[in-house]
Amino acid sequence: MSDNTTANYSLGGQVPTGPKILTSRWESADGHTYDGYVRTGGYTALRKALTTMSPAQVHDEVKASEMQGRGGAGFPAGTKWGFLPADVHPRYLVINGDESEPGTYKDRLLMEKDPHQLIEGIIIACYAFGAAQAFLYVRGEMALAQERLAQALNDAYANNLVGKRICGTDFSVDITLTWGAGAYIVGEETALIESLEGERGMPRLKPPFFPASKGLYMQPTIVNNVETLSNLPYIVNQGGTSFKDLGGATSSGMRIFAVSGHVNKPGVFEVPNGITTFRMLFEAPEYCGGVRSDRKVKAFIPGGASAMWFFDEHLDLPLDKPTVDQAGSMLGSGAIVVMDETTDMVKACWRVVRFFARESCGKCTPCREGTTWLERILHRILTGNGRREDLDLLFEVSESISPGLAWPPRQTTICPLGPSAVSPIASAVNRFRHEFEHYIEHGRAIAGVEYVPMHAGSSHGAHAHV
Amino acid sequence: MSDVNDTEVQETPVVVKTTLSITVDGRAHEAEPGQLLIDACEDAGSYVPRFCYHPRMEPVGMCRQCLVEVEGPRGPMMVVSCMTPVAEGQVARTETPSVKRAQEGVLELLLANHPLDCPVCDKGGECPLQDQAFSHGPGESRFVEEKRHYEKPIPISDLVFLDRERCILCDRCTRFADEVAGDPLISFTQRGNNTQVNTFPDEPFASYFSGNTVQICPVGALTAKPYRFKARPWDLEQRESTCTTCSVGCRTVIQSSRDELLRYQGSDSDAVNWGWLCDKGRFNFENVNSEDRLEQPLMRDGSNLVPSTWSQASAAVAEALKTGTTAILGGARGTNEDAFAWARLADALGIQMRDPQLSDGLPTEVFGLPSASIEEAANATTIIVIAPDLKEELPVLYLRLRDAAEKRRSRILEFTAVSTGLTKYSWKSVPTEPGLQASTVRNTLGEATVREQLGKGNVVVVVGRASLAESADHTVAALSAVLAEVPGAKVLPVVRRGNVRGAVAAGLGSNTNATEILTAAAAGKLDTLVLLGADPIADFPDTDLARRAISAVRNVISLDTFLTESTARASVVLPASAYGEKEGTTTNLEGRVTSVAQKVTARGTSRADWMVAVDIARRLNVDLGFDSVESIQRAMIATTVFAPMADGGANTREGVLIDQPAMSLPTVSATAGTHSSYDLRLVVSRRMYDQGASTAHSPSLVGLAQRNVLRVNSADLARIGVASGTSVRATSSKASVSVTVEADDSVGRGVAHLTFNAPGINAGDLIDVNASVNDIKVETL
Ligand SMILES: Cc1cc2nc3c(=O)[nH]c(=O)nc-3n(C[C@H](O)[C@H](O)[C@H](O)COP(=O)(O)O)c2cc1C
Ligand code: SF4
Ligand code: SF4
Ligand code: SF4
Ligand code: FES
Repeated sequence: MSDNTTANYSLGGQVPTGPKILTSRWESADGHTYDGYVRTGGYTALRKALTTMSPAQVHDEVKASEMQGRGGAGFPAGTKWGFLPADVHPRYLVINGDESEPGTYKDRLLMEKDPHQLIEGIIIACYAFGAAQAFLYVRGEMALAQERLAQALNDAYANNLVGKRICGTDFSVDITLTWGAGAYIVGEETALIESLEGERGMPRLKPPFFPASKGLYMQPTIVNNVETLSNLPYIVNQGGTSFKDLGGATSSGMRIFAVSGHVNKPGVFEVPNGITTFRMLFEAPEYCGGVRSDRKVKAFIPGGASAMWFFDEHLDLPLDKPTVDQAGSMLGSGAIVVMDETTDMVKACWRVVRFFARESCGKCTPCREGTTWLERILHRILTGNGRREDLDLLFEVSESISPGLAWPPRQTTICPLGPSAVSPIASAVNRFRHEFEHYIEHGRAIAGVEYVPMHAGSSHGAHAHV
Repeated sequence: MSDVNDTEVQETPVVVKTTLSITVDGRAHEAEPGQLLIDACEDAGSYVPRFCYHPRMEPVGMCRQCLVEVEGPRGPMMVVSCMTPVAEGQVARTETPSVKRAQEGVLELLLANHPLDCPVCDKGGECPLQDQAFSHGPGESRFVEEKRHYEKPIPISDLVFLDRERCILCDRCTRFADEVAGDPLISFTQRGNNTQVNTFPDEPFASYFSGNTVQICPVGALTAKPYRFKARPWDLEQRESTCTTCSVGCRTVIQSSRDELLRYQGSDSDAVNWGWLCDKGRFNFENVNSEDRLEQPLMRDGSNLVPSTWSQASAAVAEALKTGTTAILGGARGTNEDAFAWARLADALGIQMRDPQLSDGLPTEVFGLPSASIEEAANATTIIVIAPDLKEELPVLYLRLRDAAEKRRSRILEFTAVSTGLTKYSWKSVPTEPGLQASTVRNTLGEATVREQLGKGNVVVVVGRASLAESADHTVAALSAVLAEVPGAKVLPVVRRGNVRGAVAAGLGSNTNATEILTAAAAGKLDTLVLLGADPIADFPDTDLARRAISAVRNVISLDTFLTESTARASVVLPASAYGEKEGTTTNLEGRVTSVAQKVTARGTSRADWMVAVDIARRLNVDLGFDSVESIQRAMIATTVFAPMADGGANTREGVLIDQPAMSLPTVSATAGTHSSYDLRLVVSRRMYDQGASTAHSPSLVGLAQRNVLRVNSADLARIGVASGTSVRATSSKASVSVTVEADDSVGRGVAHLTFNAPGINAGDLIDVNASVNDIKVETL
């Protein structure tokens, strides 16, 4: 392992920076209020779009911005809107605020701290592709976000920014708020649509149920993430090219990453997209301020629990979608989890697999039966009951869920959740096989790997550093 | 029909390729457009294993067993064949190593938590999971963890048990309940590995169609009370047949072991039932096995019926038929051949008065109107329903029409006094009051939106007697009103008993209807009344008239499977063999002739009705020329109406349609004034489970018949000043009874509803069959 604690970002100001376009109001005490929002330039983009631009022009700006969706798949928003079949109405916008991946907590803060920015983005999107109605689906547990969104929406209605004849134009659209009931899988767009329709939140098969053609109530539907839409006021005001110029060559704009785990200052950070490296994010004082107790990074999850793990050799990769994809993982929802050298890899692997086993919706056989089986094998190993053949068995069962254990994963399942449980196994067992074998031989972890509590306050709901 | 063919011939043949060329496992195949790959592969000779896919339900792609590889732009792609439509040029492979690996993987995962129940499981021997485990399974399980445990089987309804440990969560039962039956009372609960099928708390899976879930469950997770632990599949023998419980005529497979009927399964007829059965039709075979069946002839000795022999009993019947005035009631529960033989006997003996219906049906002229098939009805742009609650009386027709509305092929325009199962699927449900239907129909059809709807495409009228407490004239008048407005409409007549149309076509109908026959009998003008599987005291709308008639006739001769109140007063009772015990054909409400099969030996000395007719004829020196079912069928084929049966068409699953001579509706003077404001107009209809023999003698069903209550709209109850749930006195022109009243807003204003032949008070006591309508006064006790 290379010596990765000697990074020389010990001084501030050595990391790429950019304007705060998403988190600009997070520190202001009234950024979430209507007055606070309008005072800081809020709703100017909406007026501009509605009164000076055609829907096609707005769409063109979004295309020019090359903004990739921030919900996980990273699909360019402008392109996605273009998939809507022409002339099929009504069509809907569904906003995915169900954020529940372990380590992801940026959408919650966007909704709590700047709800009007999201609302403005939603109306702009509806205008751009002619949505008849918008449905904002917020995770059930996010009480503060729900409260603030509800208040913000009331204020927006009261000020004629949502609803009938918005800003005195001919354009009308309503936003409906819906609270989830606490299931990770409902973040998957087709499961979310089922849930909106009042059904059990289980994904639909794509194809044929691509939301853009057969979505909510079988009508064309765009599902976009909260962060994705929160970028729209900036894009309209400053232009798509200006947004694009903020990021790297293959990743545009600013992007929020949520870092948790063994760093000194876990939190969410808005960084220029595609330029900042993992090392900068972990070590710069502006960001996480280094790994706790100056330990080494043993592994990190670069983009949500479903991602393949990265190791020290990946630290200098930029947080750039194509680069990370090519290195065999993904940036996903921008949730980064850092594990230092004291981390028990068997336990870490089991924890992630357990998450997916618990959150499997149960619809399809390989995921429903397979993820739990994987979890139980890992648990058996952890509790000293592992067998030699268990490591092969882990791979065999994984193979039944994700043939070839390839990246990007292939799947026998309906949605990507099942294969998500395979990533931690493929990552940890391949890299740290000896740790698993040690458990199987001796019934306990290798030396030097034990549970080290985090410093107080940071393990629960990390806060924003902006 | 020939002119239709002529026009077809004149069309210039244009060669358009209507199929899609695909390749399955290297073989070229032409697939139907819109077909799913799983079916196309099967047609091409490559059967793809499956658990969740069912051709009559929307695919869900959940079990992942049907994975195949399809050539894509970036090489072979694994897809579920049950959700992949065929496409021109598609190249599919069902047996590559990666397909096999994936299918074996799914199978191993399905078996991981599956209990080792096969030796004690009802499904063992006909279980796709067991079969596939044997042929492709991994052998010994690598799953060493503790399996999932649930309480073993839990009753989810009065008829069905669920073993959640065996369940493979294929969603077939739950989809059926929601999608096909419209009773979404079972559903997935919990998630992930704890996902299970269950009912909602305190809400049983009380569906008239629950038995279908047992049939389509691919494993032994769902079992039906009447069949549990009765037999192993390899002991069962089976034949295809037709259910004659109601006039839908669902195709069935009847299964027996050791000469005992054990199970009925639905058989998939495109034209009729799509594989479904209602629970009554599925489970009432129990009555055939009942201990209470009549096994030998009985003859009257003073006030008793005493066992006798066929020769004595037949001789007595022959003697009775020799002289005096005779009438025949019934014949609609038997086969076409039974009815045909009795009609020829009646012809030979000059018996004029015959009616296979009990004044609870339609005038036979309705059968001579341009008729619609079930298929045509379920594809019509507009379906006008002026009929009893089809969910209660013709359950699988209800499923077909519900499907038509749900899939948006058709719009239903319903006229009814009391909400029906179809009400919530109707485009428009118009409340009517008995006696005033025709004018309501005329007014409604005059509305602009309705006119527009009727103009959109073809119209089928589903017509039947909604209420036994009103004259059939009102139904006829309503139908005339529709036909006057929509002359091109076709008619699907809803008749009550299984073989009314066959009996009429065979000649068991006449110009004298049941009311006239029973009135003559009550007046002492009838010497002999033959009841062919008919029980007028239970089934004729006016119980008082039926009782008086039966008492007044000197010779009541009854041919039946059970002793009933009517047979109990007979002078001779002949034991009839039942459905499942005799060969022949039956004719459903469309006029479709299909076969019924004998699967077990007839009970005791019981005989098919036709044999009885032949025997009696012989004793009267009449040679009917019949000595077998085939000989009767030959004679039938020689008639115009049954001619289409030539060439064995009736032995196919879809059967053949009879050739009904055209007739026009009788003109009726259907006038009934509005009821006085103190009265409520009575509506009496049937429900699926009643005191009829087939339910009453089926142990699994008998408890399902609900006690009679008088249902009244809450506004009317408030007006009368009576609280829901209290006892009231209901008085008609015929009788006065005390009955519990229940507020029910599915009953229209000004109307009171009772169920016919239900446990508790007898609605027939209140009905005067000669009245145009029957009104009742409701008073507090
Ligand atoms: C298992 C699973 C969970 C997901 N959870 C979320 C989520 O919580 N929030 C979200 O925005 N997208 C989530 N997604 C991605 C969505 O399906 C969808 O791609 C996204 O909302 C599209 O928005 P975007 O194009 O703006 O990124 C999830 C996907 C999967 C497969
Ligand atoms: S992969 Fe898992 S979460 Fe996705 S549909 Fe299948 S069971 Fe549900
Ligand atoms: S009970 Fe049977 S039909 Fe229902 S989901 Fe389970 S396996 Fe499928
Ligand atoms: S609908 Fe009628 S014919 Fe069909 S199964 Fe039920 S009773 Fe038998
Ligand atoms: S049969 Fe296709 S997924 Fe179940």
